[in-house]
Amino acid sequence: MAFIKEFGCWLPIRAVTSEEAGSWVGADSTWVKNVSGIEERRFATDEDMVADLAARAGNDCLQRAGMQGKDLGMVMVASGSGERTFPGPACVAAQKMGASGVPALDLTMASAGSLFGISLAARLAAQLGPILVIGAEKMSRIVAREPQERGVAVLFGDGAGACLITADSGKAEIVDSVLNTDGSFSEDLTLECDRPIKMNGRSVILQASRKIPAAIRSLLEQYSIDPPDVLAFLMHQANQNLIDRVADALGVPSAKFFSNIRKYGNTSSASMLIAAAEWSREFGFEPGEPVVFAAFGAGFNWGALLARGV
Amino acid sequence: MDRRAKLIEIIQKVSKQDTIPGPDESLFESGLLDSFGLPDLISAMEKEFGIQVPDSDLNPRKFDTIERIEEYLDSRN
Repeated sequence: MAFIKEFGCWLPIRAVTSEEAGSWVGADSTWVKNVSGIEERRFATDEDMVADLAARAGNDCLQRAGMQGKDLGMVMVASGSGERTFPGPACVAAQKMGASGVPALDLTMASAGSLFGISLAARLAAQLGPILVIGAEKMSRIVAREPQERGVAVLFGDGAGACLITADSGKAEIVDSVLNTDGSFSEDLTLECDRPIKMNGRSVILQASRKIPAAIRSLLEQYSIDPPDVLAFLMHQANQNLIDRVADALGVPSAKFFSNIRKYGNTSSASMLIAAAEWSREFGFEPGEPVVFAAFGAGFNWGALLARGV
Repeated sequence: MDRRAKLIEIIQKVSKQDTIPGPDESLFESGLLDSFGLPDLISAMEKEFGIQVPDSDLNPRKFDTIERIEEYLDSRN
């Protein structure tokens, strides 16, 4: 048994409008909003590293939980935008949170990394102690790479989210999860060293719009839960149109899918946890009510996780 | 109604346009389909033709023109 004890997040101060981002690639802000739902995204400073963002979100989460870095049994940092191949940001983030000596694991999976991290943490927390799962991305560094593509440069933002998983108590019990990987499509979304993101948008949207609802449905069916009976869906914030499609496929109103993509853009592995942190503060778990997390990303990796409010 | 006519009807419904695309005209390049129209097209085809398109077949190129869609449907018969 494992529980979600707390969420945390950190967003940079600098807001970049879709008018500004669109100007880099000759796109107007109306087009950006129509194809993605994004009006603004946040960009970190040049000095900020992914580990800095991760540590700030992690500290926010720890502070809200009344815990310290030294209390942790493990730190996981999901990120696809780390500045170097190794070491990844996890060890530096752990050190910055006062968790030196605590094992720190990097999940270099991009968008689905936080979901996979929570799922793994739920299985490990009883053995290792509290596990802090962080998703942190500095995508501004990536989208600045030439040549900038119209369909990519305007989508992404920087930020970090965090989730504390414990074995004993929390706001919600983690009931179960389904995780999937299919490397057949690994070339459809890639990021190579010092190169821009390469994305076959049609394939990504096509796969995601089918696989996410299927994963959610298969998970809920195991527990005889109808999608409309779910309190809230906390999904990777990739694109508002995709979120709406997934909601439609499941037969639930889009309003059940918490969305903040308008403000932050696609922050890859961080997005689901930033959304969860904001949802938790604005709405929150209710006793016995199911909440579903879902993500899809490069690999392709995707899945869903079911939690119930305590 | 023959299969091609049904396909054109589906494309028009998904694209919300009355345009009749040529058999080898790219549905993407012509602006009839975008990334989000493609899943709708495939779902409508599945319903209309009683097939289930497996994830391994979800390659946008297979559905880029009417001729390619027909080739795909033939391969499923």
